[in-house]
Amino acid sequence: MVELTLFVIFGICALFGALTMVWARNPVYSAMGLMLTMFSMAVFYVSNGAQFVAVVQVIIYAGAVMTLFLFVIMLIGVDKAEDRAEKIFLQRPLALGLLVLFGVGVLLAGRHVWVTGPAQGVDAIDGTIEAIGDQLFRRWVLPFEITALLLIIAATGAIALALFKNDGGDE
Amino acid sequence: MTVTPGWYMALAALLFVIGLGGILLRRNALVMFMSVELMLNAVNLTFIAAGRQLATIEGQVAVLFVMVVAAAEVVVGLAIIVAVFRRRKTASVDELSELRG
Repeated sequence: MVELTLFVIFGICALFGALTMVWARNPVYSAMGLMLTMFSMAVFYVSNGAQFVAVVQVIIYAGAVMTLFLFVIMLIGVDKAEDRAEKIFLQRPLALGLLVLFGVGVLLAGRHVWVTGPAQGVDAIDGTIEAIGDQLFRRWVLPFEITALLLIIAATGAIALALFKNDGGDE
Repeated sequence: MTVTPGWYMALAALLFVIGLGGILLRRNALVMFMSVELMLNAVNLTFIAAGRQLATIEGQVAVLFVMVVAAAEVVVGLAIIVAVFRRRKTASVDELSELRG
């Protein structure tokens, strides 16, 4: 019963935040809507027994990533009105039709094709730091190290993009 | 009424479709980028729900990896958006049409 209440309330919050993100003219409102969705996601993670992932979600996504987004929004400027006129003929109705088709298809397919393997009921598994770390540093230690390399490459690339001036640009 | 993992998967599908709509309908590069983040989050929710359905912790480990890749993607993508903005003074992808045939 508690889970049902949480699901309904934060499901509405997540959908509202996502729709706000898509429809808001101002990018700051978009960022706020996405933040609401991410907090709702963290609640869902806790309902599914993934406490550690929920904490990581709040710290990394709702904290670091959205702060980065807001920094860039402020850097680029929020006062520019986006031109909503579509340049491609019939792009918007076609996109909406395809989206409805895709959504209905996914939901229908989800009713018939279920995940492989035996279902274990709806008991929440315990996603504590110990349980995740046990898997992460034993079975998945090589992918974990590769993500460290990936992060270093990403940080270096961002610094290179920010530092090196373009020579002979078109401005 | 019990909330089964299928409910979370349906919600994740809706969120994924909304994120896809953001990519198709918006022209602001930043908002399109946020839509990508929303789609990644929706997939994370399906990982968590499937991990609960199969009573395994691997779903949560996969979510951690997706988060790391998403963080790297955000760093590089935002740097590219800022670099493009410094050259062209715009964040609209409709303005960046010099490569068309």
